[in-house]
Amino acid sequence: MGELIFEARGACYRYPGAGADAVSDVDIEVAAGELVAIVGPNGSGKTTLARLLLGVIVPSGGAVLAAGRPAAAWTRRELARRVGVVAQREEPVFPLRVHQAVLFGRYAHLGPLGAPGPRDIEAVERALERCDVGHLRGRWVATLSGGEWQRVRIARALAQEPDALVLDEATASLDVRHEMEVFELVAALVRDEGLAAVLVTHHVNLAARFAHRVVVMDGGEARAQGPPQEVLRRDVLEQVFGWPVEISTWRGAPQFVPLRRGERGDESSA
Amino acid sequence: MRRWLPLLAAAAAALVLGLVVGPASLGLGAVWDAVWGRGDETAQSIVRGLRLPRVLLAFLVGGSLSVTGATLQAVVRNPLADPYLLGLSGGAGLGAVAAIALGVGGAWAVPLAALLGALLAIVLVYRIALVAGGLLDARVLLLAGVVVGAFAASLMGAIMALSPAREVRNALLWLLGSFDGASWQALTIFGAYALLPLAALYAMARPMDLLALGEEPAQFLGADVERTKRRLYLAASVLTAVAVSVSGIIGFVGLVVPHAVRILWGHTHQQLLPSAFLLGGTLVVVADAAARTAFAPLEMPVGVVTALVGVPVFVWLVRRWAS
Repeated sequence: MGELIFEARGACYRYPGAGADAVSDVDIEVAAGELVAIVGPNGSGKTTLARLLLGVIVPSGGAVLAAGRPAAAWTRRELARRVGVVAQREEPVFPLRVHQAVLFGRYAHLGPLGAPGPRDIEAVERALERCDVGHLRGRWVATLSGGEWQRVRIARALAQEPDALVLDEATASLDVRHEMEVFELVAALVRDEGLAAVLVTHHVNLAARFAHRVVVMDGGEARAQGPPQEVLRRDVLEQVFGWPVEISTWRGAPQFVPLRRGERGDESSA
Repeated sequence: MRRWLPLLAAAAAALVLGLVVGPASLGLGAVWDAVWGRGDETAQSIVRGLRLPRVLLAFLVGGSLSVTGATLQAVVRNPLADPYLLGLSGGAGLGAVAAIALGVGGAWAVPLAALLGALLAIVLVYRIALVAGGLLDARVLLLAGVVVGAFAASLMGAIMALSPAREVRNALLWLLGSFDGASWQALTIFGAYALLPLAALYAMARPMDLLALGEEPAQFLGADVERTKRRLYLAASVLTAVAVSVSGIIGFVGLVVPHAVRILWGHTHQQLLPSAFLLGGTLVVVADAAARTAFAPLEMPVGVVTALVGVPVFVWLVRRWAS
């Protein structure tokens, strides 16, 4: 296993004024070359956990480390050179061209006044190429499809030349093809470039097929974590999602189907 | 270069226009000689003593208002924000009207009172917008600006209602903006106070690019969002306050100019800020020349001219934006 990028030890977080912890006593590790998916129902603490890893909020208990240092101790500029983030939604108010948007990924490497140098241009070009959006460079981002815009944002994160990518529901509004393209791209980046990746997602079945490890969040706790085939079991998913499911297997990866009422034999006889 | 050449040429042409037009008709040659301290004594005193400081002040004020407009648009992520949105024009107006109504003497009384009023409004708006946990919320900032402005306007109304008619007229004229009181002294003082905020804003051009994307993406791309917002707000509002105190309220420049520059040349602030400065300066110098000559020997408030041109342009921009 590669260098440890994210590490949480007994991490807790409670929002100001809330009655319970949004994240409670969570241990996780994410290493270079590893794709870890965080799944769980709405309000289970997935996004709060991601925000802890990104140092946006400070744990109220335990420790959260990013690249060996407490995540919240990094300056945003330093952390942006280590970790690229793609969140669910981002709607630019001001018109912007694709190459400019990707160049913003270099700002954490640039001084306040100097022009981007050859290294910056090269990083932008490589990121555009890697995410297959080079042909879009001159387009206004407002004219892109949802999938194209998401790939451009991943390119922007790559232009940061990070050690890790964090995607928070980054495929939530995409159709099948665009969603698969994003997952394939992230998996390829992890495989070929040794990035660490954290994917917060609702898509348990895709997590099962792409992730090395899955963390199942429930009520702020990591209910189960490990390789998909060990974690995504019927009892775990039924308990966490509160709905009957059936598990099958596709090429070794567990795939779940939520059941309709009365579809399970033992239930219909009851 | 494609962009800078026409902008610089337009700025130079506007400055020449501002020097040439006026009640005393002076030819281009006479003006040129007078600028360099040659030729007719009277022409020299008109051009060097009155017109030159006036056009330079108009240029600096117009440029500064455009730069603060562009800045606040990035901070509140709304392309239709303008420098006066944040209530400080109300504060400045209240200060000026109070000074005029109280009959405080001296050339510097009104600008100083306006500056104090504007600074007070800035502090008040800033305090209101610092919400839970000491964070500066851009949405609350806008609302705070509106209510502080409205409160100041009603106080202003009360003072005017109780004042003699002549004072009310003077106060109204001041509120509508004018470079009537321009002098080398006013220019020097404005320049001294404007330099630091302008330089600070330019140095924050890159964080502004990121902030315009939204606070969350800005953070993940390496911007220290809270600190950047505070610095931008303070630099922009101090710059506007100083501009208002020397010239009154000149509307629509800070709204329309950055918008036009965005449409023509894009949104990266390293280009946007200097372009907006040049174009804003140019337009205010031209507006001031028009204000001086349209009804000569009477002088229109320059704010009336910018509003008459700015409102239709603004309506067009809003409708274009909405569709």
